[in-house]
Amino acid sequence: MENESRVPISSNIDIVTARQHGRKLALELGFEGAEVTLIAAAISEVARNIMDHAKRGEIILANVRNGNKQGIQIIAQDEGPGIPNIPQAMQYGYSSRKGLGVGLPGAKWLMDEFFIVSHIGKGTTVTMRKWLH
Amino acid sequence: MHVPILKQGDYLIASVQSILSDEDLLQLRDDLAAKVGKFRSRAVIIDVTVMDVIDSFATRTLRAIAHMLKLRGAETVIVGIQPEVAFAMVQLGLTLEGVGTALDLEEGLAFLSTHSKRSIKHGK
Ligand SMILES: Nc1ncnc2c1ncn2[C@@H]1O[C@H](COP(=O)(O)OP(=O)(O)OP(=O)(O)O)[C@@H](O)[C@H]1O
Ligand SMILES: [Mg+2]
Repeated sequence: MENESRVPISSNIDIVTARQHGRKLALELGFEGAEVTLIAAAISEVARNIMDHAKRGEIILANVRNGNKQGIQIIAQDEGPGIPNIPQAMQYGYSSRKGLGVGLPGAKWLMDEFFIVSHIGKGTTVTMRKWLH
Repeated sequence: MHVPILKQGDYLIASVQSILSDEDLLQLRDDLAAKVGKFRSRAVIIDVTVMDVIDSFATRTLRAIAHMLKLRGAETVIVGIQPEVAFAMVQLGLTLEGVGTALDLEEGLAFLSTHSKRSIKHGK
């Protein structure tokens, strides 16, 4: 995929870096101000989950095409503990620690497409896309 | 980046200067707690105009700062949340419950002066 960029996540500063890369790519693709911020916010949440729940991982940003639609794809992947119950993790307000429990459902609301694949003991991959309108 | 905190009369004004890391936000919390005690400030204004995103962590920390400063006797007003940032917060379902907000620094100061007058009246 052209324009792919990978941001390793292993400290809190990397969350800011991932957001900035996402912002840059979104602008290049033609997203507008408010949408760029929505994309940056979604990246922030999934990157933060890597730090909070898996300690380290990676954010992969790329442009995607589907027919004549164009958009941005964000993959957040880690080799952390995995999510035992995805529907529960997706509930607004559910947190396995003392978080607000808004990260996953919030990121889903911000994006057009959102899926999670997770295997216990192996890790988690969150894939999200937003299309240009 | 370190957030400078200015003392102005009974108030403290903290202006975020650049995108903050999590550590910077936690440092701000500790600095404000110390300064409110030292200067016996009645209110704190946090200017977040430059913040590019206010995510769940930033929301949680800002709420915690306001709550903690309240216990130390000071009101907190967050000013300068940009329209797109506010829009993203709404979409994320994040709220700054229990925290004062105002459009900008000027409004923040106006908010505090009416607020403190009112609480003095109520106090009588
Ligand atoms: N990458 C991940 N690896 C393992 N578990 C995860 C991961 N991401 C999320 N989870 C699990 O899903 C739950 C919900 O995630 P969500 O981001 O919605 O809330 P939170 O991170 O607990 O709190 P908040 O994001 O509001 O600070 C988490 O509490 C955690 O148990
Ligand atoms: Mg989270």
